[in-house]
Amino acid sequence: MDRNNNLLYTLIAVLVLAVVLAWAQTGLFGLVSPWNPYTVRIMNLCAINIGLGLALNLVNGFTGQFSLGHAGFMAVGAYTVALLVMSPAAKQMNFFMVPLVAPLDKIQVPFLVGIIMAGLLAALFGLLVGAPVLRLKGDYLAIATLGFAEIIRVVIVNVKGLTNGALGLKSIPGHTNLWWTAAYAALTVLLMVRLVNSSYGRALKAIREDEIAAEAMGINVFYHKMLAFVLAAFLAGVGGGLQASLIGSIDPAMYKLPLTFQILLMVVLGGMGSITGTVIAATIVTALMEILRFVESPLTLGAIHLPGIPGMRMVVFSLLLIVVTLFYNRGLMGDKEFSWDLLHSRRQTKQGVTQ
Amino acid sequence: MALLDLKEVTMRFGGLTAVNSFNLNLEKGELVGLIGPNGAGKTTVFNIITGVYRPTAGKVYLADEDITGFRPDVITKRGIARTFQNIRLFGSLTVLDNVLVAQHLRLGASPLEAVLGLGRYWGQEAKMHERALELLAAVELEAVANEQATSLPYGQQRRLEIARALATEPKVLLLDEPAAGMNPAETVDLMDFIQRIRREFGLTILLIEHQMRVVMGICERIIVLDYGQTIAEGPPAVIQRDSKVITAYLGVSADA
Repeated sequence: MDRNNNLLYTLIAVLVLAVVLAWAQTGLFGLVSPWNPYTVRIMNLCAINIGLGLALNLVNGFTGQFSLGHAGFMAVGAYTVALLVMSPAAKQMNFFMVPLVAPLDKIQVPFLVGIIMAGLLAALFGLLVGAPVLRLKGDYLAIATLGFAEIIRVVIVNVKGLTNGALGLKSIPGHTNLWWTAAYAALTVLLMVRLVNSSYGRALKAIREDEIAAEAMGINVFYHKMLAFVLAAFLAGVGGGLQASLIGSIDPAMYKLPLTFQILLMVVLGGMGSITGTVIAATIVTALMEILRFVESPLTLGAIHLPGIPGMRMVVFSLLLIVVTLFYNRGLMGDKEFSWDLLHSRRQTKQGVTQ
Repeated sequence: MALLDLKEVTMRFGGLTAVNSFNLNLEKGELVGLIGPNGAGKTTVFNIITGVYRPTAGKVYLADEDITGFRPDVITKRGIARTFQNIRLFGSLTVLDNVLVAQHLRLGASPLEAVLGLGRYWGQEAKMHERALELLAAVELEAVANEQATSLPYGQQRRLEIARALATEPKVLLLDEPAAGMNPAETVDLMDFIQRIRREFGLTILLIEHQMRVVMGICERIIVLDYGQTIAEGPPAVIQRDSKVITAYLGVSADA
């Protein structure tokens, strides 16, 4: 299959996706958006989760370092965006217990600046957290990153003059729309594809496969782990910021371990070390999170009447994870990726059989 | 001037002295064998040279530079490469990628250049590919370049490990039991192979091996370790007759 055709297919796919997004977001050629705001909102969440999932997959799947600190970096991003993008008046309304510290209460920056700052600040936290914890391996690394994420959350609860503590922040301007989230998802996919297939990506995979051998081959293991970890923190910060602006209100309780697990679920379901897998799994899980809401409402199945049980969705996800790991023990995609060639060769073999 | 020089190197693990006042002089172009019974400290010597362990006492010099206590990746960059006793390939990567990874240390382009595909990155990547294919050709693995590394038969995995070590452009190559698990025919092939890469790549080689046929067949000089101490050193013919070596390997005879 020649590369020009593949490039053409990719361009067409991107174009189709862009038209669909434009239609969904703003309507197209006088056609109003066929999707209600609820559906558009789920599409936004899908795109954000794709980016967040890929960021976690970079560390956990491609570099093989089991990190559970994602929610912490998302929190940093979310608070950064909220504090930078909210208007001084809105800030004053939020901070009625303890006033917001001096320069921040007057500052208001454009959304893009806020998002970039969210990523950079989260990356800085990644650097500070990564320096000590990336010397650890396996379970110890998981526990240490989890601990740091909790520390970030506890600090947010307690630094009331900066974060408004447990009250959280409300009426964050809703700048996030499909253009922002789709751009975030697309750029993250592009970045991951380029990085993973570069010499640096090979080095990361080598570290995952055998750290001692990687070191013996002259790879600076610590530097490369940091590279993945800080980049993932940056992407998590941006994702957290976009999410905050989409939801409109944040509080520290959102950024507990279950949030990290939700992203981890997508990575594991899709396949550790597969970009395609994460994209598919993030979309499915995000959609299911909404579709499955009915299981939490009171149900009548024939003679059995079930009262609404909050959290039933997670039971369904647990079952889903068990089933997937039983039948696809390396996730839906393993470490395979989608390619046009794959589709093409499959079609060819089918034709070959029928002829 | 020796290329690799170990001076009075001692390694203690708690109460156990794994290597005791070990000295080694490797001249450029030499092929030296390191033998000794199991647990004599041979692999520990390798781990000290490559920076996995920092010696309790003593110094390691590479071309007169003190490299004692350097990180393993820095030592590899300085020009010492190794293979492992129990093969340590990057299992899920392809054969080609295994060799490409080992050239990553010479990549000058930054991660940003690599991701954006800017400037020097493409040129360097193309050169790395070219060189990887050359190396695979040299070890006769170019036909399986796109196979997964762990799918290769054992003998080919050994050769891939050596190709990967060569890709780091070493001056000194440390081979840890390259003939382990090989049948006699494969062993003969391996001996020729080691001689050939030594010539082609201008290598200085230090070899740990249990198969005496290999050690006696290709090494110019042999060092015998027992309980962390050098008990004999010299050309194969001398080592074979050395009473201390015979005792270390076979024990003392009843009538001695």
